[in-house]
Amino acid sequence: MKRGTWVVVLLLLLLAAVPPLAAIFNEPFYLDLFRRIMIFAIAAASLNLILGYGGMVSFGHAAYLGIGGYAVGILSHYGIDNGVLQWLLAIGASALVACVIGAISIRTSGIYFIMITLAFTQMLYYLGVSIEEFGGDDGMRLTMKSQFGGLLDLNNATLFYYVVLAILALVALLIHRLVHSRFGMVIRAARSNEVRTHAIGFSPYGYRLVAFVISGAICGLAGALFANQTGFLTPDFMHWTRSGEIMFMVILGGIGTTAGPVLGAAVLLLLEDRLSALTAHWQIILGPFLILVVLFARRGLAGLFLREGRDG
Amino acid sequence: MNAILIIEQALNGLQLGVMLFLMAAGLTLVFGIMNLVNLAHGSLYMVGAYLATYFAQLTGSYLLGALLGLGGTLVVGMVVELIALRTLYERDHLDQVLATFGLILFFNELVAILWGRNAIYSNLPEYLTGHVELAANLFYPLYRLLIIGIGLLVAALLWYIVTQTRIGMLVRAGASNRTMVAALGINIRLLYTLVFGLGAALAGLAGLLSGPLFAVQSGMGEQILIQVFVVIVIGGIGSVRGAFAGAVIVGMVDTLGRAFLKPTLATIISPAAADSAGPALASMLIYLLMAAVLAFRPQGLFGGRSP
Amino acid sequence: MRTTTRIALAGLLAAAFATTPAIAQQTLKIGFITTLSGPGGIIGETMKNSVELALDHLGRKVGGLNTEVIYGDDQFKPDVGKQVADEMLKKHQVNFVSGIIWSHVMLAVAPTVTSAGTFMIGTNAGPHQLAGNQCSELFFTTSWQNDQTPEAMGKYMTDEGFNDVYLMAPNYAAGKDMLTGFKRTFKGRIAGEVYTTVNQPDYQAEIAQLRATKPKALMVFYPGGMGIQFLKQYSQAGLRGQIPVYSVFTVDEISIPALKHAALGQFETRIWSPDLKNAANAKYVADYRKKFGKMPVFYGAQSYDGIMLIDSAVRAVKGNLADKKGMIAAMRKANFNSVRGKYSYNHNHFPVENFYLLKAVAGPTPGGDPVMEIQKTVFANHKDSYSQECKMKW
Repeated sequence: MKRGTWVVVLLLLLLAAVPPLAAIFNEPFYLDLFRRIMIFAIAAASLNLILGYGGMVSFGHAAYLGIGGYAVGILSHYGIDNGVLQWLLAIGASALVACVIGAISIRTSGIYFIMITLAFTQMLYYLGVSIEEFGGDDGMRLTMKSQFGGLLDLNNATLFYYVVLAILALVALLIHRLVHSRFGMVIRAARSNEVRTHAIGFSPYGYRLVAFVISGAICGLAGALFANQTGFLTPDFMHWTRSGEIMFMVILGGIGTTAGPVLGAAVLLLLEDRLSALTAHWQIILGPFLILVVLFARRGLAGLFLREGRDG
Repeated sequence: MNAILIIEQALNGLQLGVMLFLMAAGLTLVFGIMNLVNLAHGSLYMVGAYLATYFAQLTGSYLLGALLGLGGTLVVGMVVELIALRTLYERDHLDQVLATFGLILFFNELVAILWGRNAIYSNLPEYLTGHVELAANLFYPLYRLLIIGIGLLVAALLWYIVTQTRIGMLVRAGASNRTMVAALGINIRLLYTLVFGLGAALAGLAGLLSGPLFAVQSGMGEQILIQVFVVIVIGGIGSVRGAFAGAVIVGMVDTLGRAFLKPTLATIISPAAADSAGPALASMLIYLLMAAVLAFRPQGLFGGRSP
Repeated sequence: MRTTTRIALAGLLAAAFATTPAIAQQTLKIGFITTLSGPGGIIGETMKNSVELALDHLGRKVGGLNTEVIYGDDQFKPDVGKQVADEMLKKHQVNFVSGIIWSHVMLAVAPTVTSAGTFMIGTNAGPHQLAGNQCSELFFTTSWQNDQTPEAMGKYMTDEGFNDVYLMAPNYAAGKDMLTGFKRTFKGRIAGEVYTTVNQPDYQAEIAQLRATKPKALMVFYPGGMGIQFLKQYSQAGLRGQIPVYSVFTVDEISIPALKHAALGQFETRIWSPDLKNAANAKYVADYRKKFGKMPVFYGAQSYDGIMLIDSAVRAVKGNLADKKGMIAAMRKANFNSVRGKYSYNHNHFPVENFYLLKAVAGPTPGGDPVMEIQKTVFANHKDSYSQECKMKW
């Protein structure tokens, strides 16, 4: 196995060790914290697929987090607690919205792509704020977690933890396979040289759109998990700073690597958690930290582990 | 809806437009020439507002405060460029976004430490508080007319500098081909610092002008930042002319949308439905506009031409 | 080198698990959640200050027990608020969670806390769900239900015979609740109702519409920075003094230093004011000003009361923190010296209390900031409108 794969496997094993460790040290809180980290890691991994490998800088990925969350919340609001239905709707609705946004956005590139994805997310955000039926900006409470018959009970914190971990592992595997397939080759080729990709007979538009839709769908699933995690959802899920956060996780961890999103989510969220316990002025520490990472760890944290940089 | 109201709202739209232009001009130049996405541009706006208010209280003179605030922001901008941003020009946009977001957090927290989290008091001197009767029954605040005047003056000045002077020629050349300008023996670093300082000063000018109107508080830059990005994207990046057109369009669409969308909708759909749809749609209007412009003209209105 | 880095990172991960030594129970632990960072941090600061002042006044012993208060920053995000609450419940094993400024954070946090069998003592946000069908034995608040304050304003303006009142608020849930509350008690004609975008900096367009409508009075809800911008611009438009402005949660001791004379003559309704005459309040206001050099704000007064309410409950069960039934019974009596004066609890654990009309008048020092002054009592012992939806009985 390649070095990058080893790091991912090690990370997943470490994450799998959290529940027994938390039980031994009697610190059940860390289950919640690391579950939240893994959910953001899934969202970041989905963004990494298009950003890291496809070169599409979506500054609106929180939209799918919101759509996935609202899919669960709205069904639950109307008394449908079936988890399979809820999660399928989360994935389907996010894929559909990603398809519409992607079809328009992928025509542009560079900063224009960043801004148009932002614009669409802003529209969805204001939509969420103005729909009173679903709580407007006060948000809505999820009275019951997604139900899976007698099969899975998400109220069991440890079980829910391993469900999220399994999804994270699957997502990591799926994305890894995807970028190393013929499909992934085209995506990555278009990132480095669009003209040449055309020349060898591929039109990148369709491939990019498919990648964009897959990315949105995965992030929608993360949204469904996130709604179950918080038991509560608000348009705040779709705020532009939220999109920024997901993007920072990818950059911080190292773009275009499988381990990057997991590392980035873990470090950013743990840092926020620790620093805010330290001082109310924690942002004056986090700000320069972000700058230093950009200036001195050029390939993100994963760059520290991987000699060859991008494992793709 | 009467004629006077429509004229008044159009003036309001223009005033918002020139304010956005002051912000957008610097951002678009920095973007076009140095290829730098600077999210922290809103922080310079905030710094301008804080410094002007602080110096005005210190000296007791609004004008002196404004001048010192303007100079202060210029210095802050150049220092930031020298310390943090200079090394970012060759990086991709992602690194720039992350680093300049770090700057936003830093500046917001810094002013909170220096001046507290309370909004600070900033008001107009007596001689600027009056109203001007532009037409019968059309009274418009003198200060807002002054903002429109300053904005248009800056626009004219920028047009002159960019199209008629040697430095403007370098700026235009830098925007279209950076390596060529450097190869011709021009001190490109100095040019960058100057352009960045100019952009910072313009943002500071917008900040200090808005101080007496808005709440001077930590985080005030982010309220306007996204709108400014909408402006430069609609106008086309790197184009000062585009920034001006984009700013006026966004200012007008936003203001007129807020003012007239709900009553117009009420004539089409039921008033109750208009009540709930109107404000939401008005908030979305500029984003719809941007998406539409990009869908049909992916380079923005004036993109791809010289600034 | 590379190995060292890796070991260091592994160490970092391990450090995240570092355990705090178990402290023997019979220390009272209170988790206080509010917004401490970002622009909302100013409100959190006044709340935290007031909690500290309450601890000082109790000799750092709430209910006679050694007390540890753990502060948590919700960052104005509901999911972070919930995470902080989880940390307090599971890691610090607090006996009470208190605080919370925002309704959306409260709606995420309160069910988490009460379903874990822990007390939630709200000191500001009062969303109607918690007063109605989501009420809980373990939830108490020392503030109000969101609708009550504008209801008081609606009642006052009806009594004064106002007609043609123009309403303005930001377009979000609290903004709509506020105007709904106002319209519940206001019987006169409404000249117009306008919702603006949240955090919109400039209100000139809406002010022009307003002027063209020629209403007799204006009633607004613009909390925080929005209120400062709106009132400054209203004043600059020359409308101050022409069309009187009545407001809720817009002019307070946080915004007055930024507004100065633009606040003068402004009317608000509220449950508390610094000039409220009772011994507890006199002590609170005087000591707050001495310790922090500022005027206290109602957010702080409510938080001070929150600690005092907990103190009364723990005292009633003689420090036996396992006796939750006893503490519930004690808190229902509201048996402490509230800075707002004596109040009682409705069956949904929301206060039945007075609402006053306040006016911003010139301060005692010439050239100093205006101060809020009570004009009259609008509602005596006012109940909220959602309590009948709460099934709890006692």
